[in-house]
Amino acid sequence: MRLTVNGIESEISSPPLTALLHVLREELEILSPKAGCQQGGCGTCTVLVDGEPRRSCLTPVAMIDGATITTLEGLGQAEALSPVQAAFHNRYAAQCGFCTPGMIVAATALIERKGGAVERDEVLEALGGHYCRCTGYVKIVDAVMAASRGDIEPVEDLPAPGEGEPDVLVKGSPA
Amino acid sequence: MAAETLVPSSADEAVQLFGDGEGITVFAGGTILMSEIAAGRLKPARALLLHRSGLDELSTDGDVVRIGAMVPVAALAEGDGLLARFAQRVADLEVRAAATVGGNLCGSGGLGGQKGDLGAPLIALGARVRSDGKGGERTEPVEDFLAGDRTGRLVLEIAYDKPSGPWSAQTMRRRHAHSYAIANVAACSNGDGLRVGVSGVGSVALRARAVEQSRNAEDVLKDVDPVDDAVASAEYRRKMLILLVRRALDEVEG
Repeated sequence: MRLTVNGIESEISSPPLTALLHVLREELEILSPKAGCQQGGCGTCTVLVDGEPRRSCLTPVAMIDGATITTLEGLGQAEALSPVQAAFHNRYAAQCGFCTPGMIVAATALIERKGGAVERDEVLEALGGHYCRCTGYVKIVDAVMAASRGDIEPVEDLPAPGEGEPDVLVKGSPA
Repeated sequence: MAAETLVPSSADEAVQLFGDGEGITVFAGGTILMSEIAAGRLKPARALLLHRSGLDELSTDGDVVRIGAMVPVAALAEGDGLLARFAQRVADLEVRAAATVGGNLCGSGGLGGQKGDLGAPLIALGARVRSDGKGGERTEPVEDFLAGDRTGRLVLEIAYDKPSGPWSAQTMRRRHAHSYAIANVAACSNGDGLRVGVSGVGSVALRARAVEQSRNAEDVLKDVDPVDDAVASAEYRRKMLILLVRRALDEVEG
């Protein structure tokens, strides 16, 4: 099986019914999709499969052999944030950050689909399967609407990922 | 040990590989099975993956709507119709894009809630299920398919005639996206009479024939015996079912 993830094509050796989530995290060591509920209910494992948002925890890798996958890492980097990432930063739409990868991926797909400014009810529909237990959604919805209008402040001087933080990424852990 | 995976590239090949279904786990969209695997409740030995089987055609042939078993729930959620009203309520955008009508029909109940919301509108629409497997191909009303032994059957297509009369979609559920229904009632009045389908209250959807005859909402309990689960108690479901059937009858009979 082969997957192109964030522009890099890889031969996949995980068993065919392995969830895409675990292929990404365990085999390819791409850690933005989180192993939250693993029942499709929390949204934080959401990635783009051929441009469409999908729950990576519910997708057996054999079902998407040959597909193109985009994760949060493929949308932007610390030195060049995507519009939705910048809007989340501008408007304090992330707190603990666990739901943020899925939120940003789903919001990016919504804005792409719409091709312009999105309304509040469209955001609520698109993020209806994404759970945040910290910020209460208001800032998240505001950030998505702002990003769709291009209402973004430049973000400068972000620390490099992991800078100044202890190395807490443990293989097999949900975060 | 890794599962053996079979990926047929046509409906005929899918039927052939399925055989009598013995020892085979059929993957349509995977949204139900993958969470079962993650929870350690399911370890498929042989998996039949239908995503390349060409069973995903949705077409309208005169007044007949034909839905391949692999048509995603998202495709049925578009527009406004009896089936769309229920499809729009299944989980969320991402799950609806992966989940299929065949999987929705065949997924059964469980402690977390009762699956198969689409059974109610399909019964009300008088839908027929074409399936193959043990004993060969057959087409039957959706309520008969659901009531029968489905273990050796592979769903190929669901078809119904566009309703010519009024219909009603009644559902009761919590607002958030992932709560299974407390109860669903669908009613449709066609040339050949009234049909009432109920789902979300037990492991499979049922046809409320007594109500169709009597037009008395309380008769729904003659055909339907709701279950207790994490979503609602059987007692609450009985009360709400009568209410939903009454609303449906009011809407359809005007």
